[in-house]
Amino acid sequence: MTLPPPPSPPPIVVPSVGDAVGHIVQPSWVLLAYLIAGICFIFALRGLSSPQSSQRGNRFGMVGMAIAVVTTLAIHEIANMVEIVIAIAIGGAIGLVTARRIAMTAMPQLVAAFHSLVGLAAVLVGAAAYLNPEAFGIVQTLTGGSGWTLFAPLSNPLPINPVSRVELGLGVAIGAITFSGSVIAFLKLNGNMSGKPILLPLRHVLNLGLLALILGLIGYFTTDQSAWVFWTITALSFVIGFLLIIPIGGADMPVVVSMLNSYSGWAAAAMGFTLGNTAMIITGALVGSSGAILSYIMCRAMNRSFLSVIAGGFGGDAAAGGAGGGAIDRPYKRGSAEDAAFLMSQAEQVIIVPGYGMAVAQAQHALREMGDLLKKEGVSVKYAIHPVAGRMPGHMNVLLAEANVPYDEVFELEDINSEFARTDVAFVIGANDVTNPAAKTDKTSPIYGMPVLDVEKAKTVLFIKRSMGGAGYAGVDNELFYRDNTMMLLSDAKKMVEEIVKSLG
Amino acid sequence: MDFISILTIFVLACFIGYYVVWAVTPALHTPLMAVTNAISSVIIVGALVASAAAGVPGAKWLGLLAVVLASINIFGGFAVTARMLAMYKKKER
Repeated sequence: MTLPPPPSPPPIVVPSVGDAVGHIVQPSWVLLAYLIAGICFIFALRGLSSPQSSQRGNRFGMVGMAIAVVTTLAIHEIANMVEIVIAIAIGGAIGLVTARRIAMTAMPQLVAAFHSLVGLAAVLVGAAAYLNPEAFGIVQTLTGGSGWTLFAPLSNPLPINPVSRVELGLGVAIGAITFSGSVIAFLKLNGNMSGKPILLPLRHVLNLGLLALILGLIGYFTTDQSAWVFWTITALSFVIGFLLIIPIGGADMPVVVSMLNSYSGWAAAAMGFTLGNTAMIITGALVGSSGAILSYIMCRAMNRSFLSVIAGGFGGDAAAGGAGGGAIDRPYKRGSAEDAAFLMSQAEQVIIVPGYGMAVAQAQHALREMGDLLKKEGVSVKYAIHPVAGRMPGHMNVLLAEANVPYDEVFELEDINSEFARTDVAFVIGANDVTNPAAKTDKTSPIYGMPVLDVEKAKTVLFIKRSMGGAGYAGVDNELFYRDNTMMLLSDAKKMVEEIVKSLG
Repeated sequence: MDFISILTIFVLACFIGYYVVWAVTPALHTPLMAVTNAISSVIIVGALVASAAAGVPGAKWLGLLAVVLASINIFGGFAVTARMLAMYKKKER
């Protein structure tokens, strides 16, 4: 006996504009276009694996962006095209002029400023989506006749579907943290604010409490989409971004800048989820992982955990210099520019170790001139770069490239460290902690375990330093200054190099 | 697209990002930050959606402001990256 087939359920009526989550259903060519844009962005990063392919990669990035923008404009009914064109023109002009005028030494500040703009843009987009959910296709599509109008507050007649509310909340929160954090990072890097960490009492409790509150509110947002919930999430996120970065000292900025880079990616990804847009999701994921990996590389190069950097406070009493306080009176050898010029012109190989001090003094051009003169004398000249030299990843490489130093003369720590033992002169300009042998030997030192450049193995070490007083950012005295094979060149980095150039010429 | 498809794309893209970024030479880490900055401004897509829609003026103006900010980043980011990359030269032989 066979049962008659059960009556088929009545067809579920789904409005044709939305899919199950409520995203606007896009024609397949649009999905394809966004996918191509995403792939272009992958190529943009892929190109950076070597300087030869990098410029082509950058052009891929531009093409990807153009595809994403044009596709978006093509599929939306545009109320007023003129406004949009004007907005792009204003932004484009500001961007191009800034990019052309900015000094290479100011690159860390510029990157921080750019991060803040991405963060703020994410907040604005999130707010716009909250105010006009229909345009973003995130209105809850209901299949039954439960009559959602009964549950929606009058001020906000269209209910946003719950998944999108979480995405919106997260996107706005990450965007706001990126914005206020980057503004603080910018002010510190640009010198408008002291690079010293500002330590509030109970800051960890405060930050964790705020974070829990924000997450709780995002959860609550799924049940109540009132305006106060949304704006409180936004405001609290601005506050926490500010609180997270103020306790972090200037020298930890490479990690902070990388971390904010990562956040700006996650913010874009969260907005991509809201819009169901593959280009945004792929890009967000790429940028997010990129920043995370850079943060990891920077932390490893300082032998510190990510958490300890974020907790902040490192280098807080650098000026007090507990360890180095009494050591200033120790005897050291002081040399002149002529001595340095003589030593280097007699050498077979010179390795130059640049640090943040070179950037501050803008000494890279004079340095390259010195390198050229030495090469003319038959000296082999190489550059050794520690991963955390400077204020952002790769900072020194860009400055040397700006001064026309060929990139195949510039080496990373692990590639050149074995060469110091076979080198006549190590020329340290504006670097300190990254050369400190205490990191290898002194277990009590705050920088113990950090990988350092083995400059002390060179026959002679020349150290350009402004004065003997100041210690490095870690507040540690450098044993190297007082060794027999070290000669201190006490002067402004640029002036000293220029004098050396004069005596060589 | 449903949430799971989007999540799939996201997770796979994270893996691609992981491998691609580890392959970036440390010498180009600053241009990497500048270009990631530029491409993360793909958030302009959301800004355009907001500013294209009529009806809610508040949302439109927020969208337009976001378009300005993202454009600064896109043009500035790509231009400054191009400027930096053009400086990296090989030794003349």
